[in-house]
Amino acid sequence: MKIAVCVKQIPDPAAPAKMDANYNLARDTKLIMDESDSYGVEMALQLVDKAGAGEVVLFSMAPGEEVSGLRNALAMGAHRAVLISDPRLAGSDALSTAKVLAKAIGRESFDLVLAATESSDGYTGTTPVQIAELLDLPSVTFAKGIEVKGESLIVARQTEAGFDEIEVPTPALVTVTAGVVEPRYPNFKGIMAAKSKPVEKLSIDDLAFSPDSVGASGARETITSIRPAESRGAGTVVVDEGDGFAKIIEYLESLKVI
Amino acid sequence: MQTKIPESLLTIRSQERQMLYQMVARFTKEYIVPNIEGWEDQGEVPRSLHKKAAELGILSVGFPQNVGGIGNIIDSMIVSEAIIQSGGSSGICAALLTLGIAIPHIIASNDQYLIEKYAKPTMSGDLIGSLAITEPNAGSDVAAITTSATRDGDRFLINGAKTYITSGYRADFVVVALKTSPTLGHKGISLVVVEKGTEGFTVTRKLEKLGWHCSDTAELSFSNVIVTSKNLIGEEGSGFSAIMANFATERLSMASQALASAKRCIDLTMTWVQNRKVFGTELSKMQLTRQKLAEMQRQYTVARTFLYDTAIRYVNGEKVIMEVAMAKNTAVYAMEAIINQALQLHGGMGYMRENEIERHYRDGRIMGIGGGTNEIMNEIIAKQLQI
Repeated sequence: MKIAVCVKQIPDPAAPAKMDANYNLARDTKLIMDESDSYGVEMALQLVDKAGAGEVVLFSMAPGEEVSGLRNALAMGAHRAVLISDPRLAGSDALSTAKVLAKAIGRESFDLVLAATESSDGYTGTTPVQIAELLDLPSVTFAKGIEVKGESLIVARQTEAGFDEIEVPTPALVTVTAGVVEPRYPNFKGIMAAKSKPVEKLSIDDLAFSPDSVGASGARETITSIRPAESRGAGTVVVDEGDGFAKIIEYLESLKVI
Repeated sequence: MQTKIPESLLTIRSQERQMLYQMVARFTKEYIVPNIEGWEDQGEVPRSLHKKAAELGILSVGFPQNVGGIGNIIDSMIVSEAIIQSGGSSGICAALLTLGIAIPHIIASNDQYLIEKYAKPTMSGDLIGSLAITEPNAGSDVAAITTSATRDGDRFLINGAKTYITSGYRADFVVVALKTSPTLGHKGISLVVVEKGTEGFTVTRKLEKLGWHCSDTAELSFSNVIVTSKNLIGEEGSGFSAIMANFATERLSMASQALASAKRCIDLTMTWVQNRKVFGTELSKMQLTRQKLAEMQRQYTVARTFLYDTAIRYVNGEKVIMEVAMAKNTAVYAMEAIINQALQLHGGMGYMRENEIERHYRDGRIMGIGGGTNEIMNEIIAKQLQI
């Protein structure tokens, strides 16, 4: 089973975020693997393990030839990676990103393309389905489980009420919900082995894009303004004077929870 | 244990080592931190911890590739740092990483029988090994040990006693230093593997200690214990030099554990002083606090810089006997001063069992004793100075 996994390398969410003049997230700091992508990597590794043979190939578009996030996924067990890095890609919107990733993925044939439901920095959640459209693949979103059944996949698609069971023919693109599998620890041998796993580096010329079709000049979305998220209120402090339980009940009743 | 690329300041900060640190930090937060209090009460860590650590390759770190190991002493130091700085302790390192002193002699002997039977199963977390050198009347003076092994054809008859043996209570096998030729002084010392359950070999006491509560320490007795001569490690009489050869890595490890404990205490104290208010202001805003923390950080940084410089030179094949001794003492003195100040800045809370600083304060005291005392380190330095 051959699986492509989209892996985004993002600025460390633990560090304060910086914006550039065009309201884009500054990506000149050290980048790490987006945690939401670790679930896709894990699911891909499990599917290949179960199939008994196959390959997990990572695809990432990142500035500055950044590979540290990819190395992490390679250390988990992915076989190789493809990195698209080109200064002319700066300012790409979700569609440009999808075009680039789709073209890179489309150079080979895969049984399955996995991605996170959304990235932890951009949160558009649109790139995966755009990739599917560009590659002419069926797509299923919000997967909490994937099983192979012959030439098809049975995908448990998370819903508010529970989950739908969807059968989809391969090749297909599936987005994986965060938290549905436990991403494995990269063990030390995996970490050392990752050092020598192949990372193919591509520019937009390698993918035959004209510079005005991608990056800031190709973007159809522009960010016109940004503002900080409203900070959460301080909350109400209730002092327990022996009647704490009654106050809790009163509060829950006011919310109509009970 | 040599890597192909010479070690340098760049290699110790490589991405692989950062990932190793992160992996061990995650392991510590998930498996050690929630349980450490219970293990401290029980006086030992469970075997499942060894198994989990082995699955992640942690127990293979620092051993040669030909026995399934990976990395070198610098990687071992990073493992200890990650454990301690993420909420573990030097006691955890003592208990979980005892193999760092238990199996190197077996591996160095290249005896495939012993490697397959003891070293590899220890690296896979299936066995626990320990090293027994100290006796009631012989500690740093290794040549003075009296536990004896008398050869009888292809067997040894062992008699004697050992004490302060780390992981000796849980150990499935013990690498015992003993005299095979009592008249030859240090040249009469050999190392022999004795398995748990061998008739006449008993754990006479589980010792209670000031610190390292989660690390079991035992007193062992050997009374007419019969062991096959296949369990002799290396040549007869090679024990002393084998023990000495492993001291460098043991001392570098202990120094890194001491400094990791110091760093953890600095980190905890930084958080504490920024939250604690005294006389209407944050403790961290007071000049005295700032001066103390600056001094703690200086002591830590200087000691660690020298430790890594020494470790790099050691891995690159330089003779650094004196520097290793200096690095250990420098680390120990820095740690003692730093943890003492960290506890002081925590006030009454620092003295409480519920506070992590209290554990590091107790655990840290062994660092200037184990692996060669501060005084022995100075003797080594003096000897190298040829005074």
